[in-house]
Amino acid sequence: MKFQDYYKILGVERDAAPADIKTAFRKAARKYHPDINPGAEAEARFKEVNEAYEVLGDPERRAAYDELGRAPPQDGARYQPPPDWSGSFSFSGGGPGEHEAFSDFFEALFRRSTDPGDDMRGVAGADSHARIEIALEDAYRGVEKMLTLRTPVVGPEGSIEVQERSIAVRIPKGVAPGQHIRLPGQGAPAPGQRAAGDLFLEVTFAPHPVYRVDGADLFMDLPVAPWEAALGTQVILPTPAGKVDLRIPKNARTGQKLRLKGKGLPGRPAGDIYATLKIVNPDASTPEARAFFEQMARDLPFDPRARLGG
Amino acid sequence: MKKTTRRTMVLDTLTLPDLCRFCQVDQAWVIDLVEHGVLEPRGSTAETWHFQGKSIVRAKKASRLRRDLGINVAGVALVLDLLEERDAALRRLYQYEAN
Repeated sequence: MKFQDYYKILGVERDAAPADIKTAFRKAARKYHPDINPGAEAEARFKEVNEAYEVLGDPERRAAYDELGRAPPQDGARYQPPPDWSGSFSFSGGGPGEHEAFSDFFEALFRRSTDPGDDMRGVAGADSHARIEIALEDAYRGVEKMLTLRTPVVGPEGSIEVQERSIAVRIPKGVAPGQHIRLPGQGAPAPGQRAAGDLFLEVTFAPHPVYRVDGADLFMDLPVAPWEAALGTQVILPTPAGKVDLRIPKNARTGQKLRLKGKGLPGRPAGDIYATLKIVNPDASTPEARAFFEQMARDLPFDPRARLGG
Repeated sequence: MKKTTRRTMVLDTLTLPDLCRFCQVDQAWVIDLVEHGVLEPRGSTAETWHFQGKSIVRAKKASRLRRDLGINVAGVALVLDLLEERDAALRRLYQYEAN
């Protein structure tokens, strides 16, 4: 397992005072909170920071961690705890929210449970919460995704093991970002005969190269040639809902919005696609192309800066 | 490994007890959020409240912000409003930059 340098994660010295550790944690928690900074990277950092504070913020656990050595081991990637390391301190709950596992390092060294009344057992049968990311296109036709969850579970001798579970999740057509899905009986497994809790999934969309999603509507930029914008034309637009004929009106201008009704995310009512026109010039690097532009410059009485005054 | 499932339910609206279970919070906190205008359920009394899409997302965010950063209801309300303003401003910025 990989050694976790909790001091480095929080950016504090190894002899930092508890108050300084708390301040460093609070600053980092604000900075990396996933609700404030979307993105997988901030979420991963936030989890690391929480794990580090879970250890360094508790005097007993910090002392035990310091016992592991003043300096991080040479080969941090293949860490084995010393055989005499007991971790003989009480563990009272904590851990990441929503019953998710921390790093293997944390789970092996710090997650101990000997007291049957402690809350790791209370967790049994609880609901689980997770996020699932899908592609925009998947919302149009539904998709089946495999989700892997890592849950700490109490073993037969009171030790804690990280259990990996894979669940096939059917995402129905027409889900919107931020919508929730419930899977009955797929929450944290319960020991004995007790029923498992439910699994709740929050659906998020992966960033899309073309579309920005706002509610059920999609926004996109639609590049057009200057003559298409000037003369008007029909274009065939590939959308997640299939190919769509779109009429560009005569004398269209950059920034003009065209609405494709009902081609946004499916639902009742379905969303729309808004295409913002963007006039794109062809490369004028050949003599022929230059000649065309020169002719326009000569023959068209056009001052694009007429409104600037002066 | 647990056996796989295909049974899924999409949650469209939640009652107050459902929302509390869902966000792992107590009812007093949700009522506080409604009184601060963070959540806008349909229905006139707490017994008949129904929370919809946007309110569910906001309730979850609010409970995470409280749990992780120790922010009170008024602070959560302010953070959520500012985040919405920031996201709208960012969307406009991307649009201008793309043009």
